[in-house]
Amino acid sequence: MTTVLYLIAGVIAAAAVLIVLLRLITGPTLIDRLIASDVMLTTLILVIGAEMVISGHTRSIPLMVVLAATAILGSVAVARFITRAGGDQSGPIAGEDDDARR
Amino acid sequence: MLDAEPWNSILDAVAAALLVVAALLTLAAAIGLVRFPDPLSRLHAATKPQILGLILVVIAIALGARSATVLLLLVPVVVFQLLTAPISAHMVGRAGYRNGDFDPDSLLVDELAPDVDAARGTELPGGSWTDERAVADPGDDDAGPSKGPGAGS
Repeated sequence: MTTVLYLIAGVIAAAAVLIVLLRLITGPTLIDRLIASDVMLTTLILVIGAEMVISGHTRSIPLMVVLAATAILGSVAVARFITRAGGDQSGPIAGEDDDARR
Repeated sequence: MLDAEPWNSILDAVAAALLVVAALLTLAAAIGLVRFPDPLSRLHAATKPQILGLILVVIAIALGARSATVLLLLVPVVVFQLLTAPISAHMVGRAGYRNGDFDPDSLLVDELAPDVDAARGTELPGGSWTDERAVADPGDDDAGPSKGPGAGS
């Protein structure tokens, strides 16, 4: 029964990653791809944890810690880049961009 | 492994069930990513496995290892996600709003629009809570203070 549950979890996670990959490829905007890659990274953390449960070891815990701590960097950097690039279309909002224009 | 003792198999089954639930949360996020119409809605769907799924997997690891020390080692994972997930979601949502990658008709309250108008220096007459479509609607100047907190600024 435990093996069946492991198999179900693996199949569901694989299907989820494939669907997210679809959005990552076809996403119309850069923000869609950013969110999709964020979900894929979260899924990677979950799958690493699940592999530890299935294989019965705890050696991947540092990997999970590092991934959870650094997952923010890519999102924030790309979001900041999108904001700078799109600032001319939507006009300045109060903030450092507004100060830079004065 | 040690299936002679029934307690072990029970703990393994509970851990496997938690893994299945976490995988289902990931699948829900994936379906939300595909089905929701605009990036800001997809951002909402993406956060489902980020905290709850991670907590479930962490509990499953601790149950599988039968160790409180392992659970203590896994607490930083959850703490880091709890600290950083709102920041990245805020930044992504801010970028999405500024790019206009959302459907304005799906918003009930748009509290950022008055700030955008004020920063542009083109404050709209009769209250700046609104967007261009509602300004084109006459007779709405005094009737709409409940639409947003920035009315009459």
